[in-house]
Amino acid sequence: MKPVYVKSKGLQDTELHYCPGCSHGIVHKLIAETLEELNIIDTSVLICPVGCGVFAGNYLACDAVEAAHGRAPAVATGIKRTCPDQPVFTYQGDGDLASIGIAEIVHAAMRGEKFTTIFINNGIYGMTGGQMAPTTLIGQKATTAPLGRQKELHGEPIRMCEMLSSLGGLVYAERVCVADVPHIIKAKRAIKKAFTKQLNNEGFTFVEVLAACPTNWAMTTRKANEWVLGPMAEYYPLGVIKEV
Amino acid sequence: MAAKVIFDRDRCKGCELCVDACPVHILALEESTNRKGYHPAGCTDTSKCIGCASCARICPDSVISVYRD
Ligand SMILES: Cc1ncc(C[n+]2csc(CCOP(=O)(O)OP(=O)(O)O)c2C)c(N)n1
Repeated sequence: MKPVYVKSKGLQDTELHYCPGCSHGIVHKLIAETLEELNIIDTSVLICPVGCGVFAGNYLACDAVEAAHGRAPAVATGIKRTCPDQPVFTYQGDGDLASIGIAEIVHAAMRGEKFTTIFINNGIYGMTGGQMAPTTLIGQKATTAPLGRQKELHGEPIRMCEMLSSLGGLVYAERVCVADVPHIIKAKRAIKKAFTKQLNNEGFTFVEVLAACPTNWAMTTRKANEWVLGPMAEYYPLGVIKEV
Repeated sequence: MAAKVIFDRDRCKGCELCVDACPVHILALEESTNRKGYHPAGCTDTSKCIGCASCARICPDSVISVYRD
């Protein structure tokens, strides 16, 4: 019998610490497959976030460093400028990227730094127990917004793809999700495209993944993925947001 | 068409994403628990497996591998 699907060589043999049904694991696999297919496992450098993805370097088979909270794009800038021939990517949650680290990502995109960012938008601070993020939807409950996010009090959620797309240095931004198999296949295509553009030295590339956090959303995995495909995808439209 | 789906049982967290993804509805959680204490996913009727690998693709924990003739 021939293998149809086996674990990618881009992953280490470590067991993931993520909660059952968490999207982080699925996105890790897509990155691993991309690194393997582009034959860049040994040359790539991952910059890990602070957040649930903090141990991503223990799971992916490439080299990895850990940055201070939100500062992955600054670290990536330094590494990519020093080693321009090596693929460099950051992996960041929405608390990390859109909150404490928003200056770093905006300026990296503005400068057109030639690395890739994989942005995991689960609308909440996962690691610290479900606090409101800048991406939490209006009406969505969080431990710091027990009545749900209110527009008058907290403002409207940030659409990072659209916001960064206004900057000249960004050459590719796509929003995807991994809530079912057809969307996973599309997400893989987007991640591979971003890395390919980086290998062609085109500029800053950005893939936003709408991700499920069943634990902090207090939902079953099925309900959580319905939430991604429903209210989340409605506010955060899927597809290519910018490509030059 | 013969297909085989293999579970790395002790790595499963029983999230059921594979159960929902299977187009021929042959996956279910077992009654017994694995080393982690979860009810792991398994295949109830291998003869019906079409080897599409949807289960393997959606599994966050790389529990599943799929083979086909
Ligand atoms: C300087 C600093 N401030 C605050 C924290 C606490 N903290 C840890 S993770 C996190 C947010 C993580 O949320 P997100 O980036 O959305 O990732 P997720 O865990 O949801 O994947 C915060 C605020 C910290 N570790 N360091």
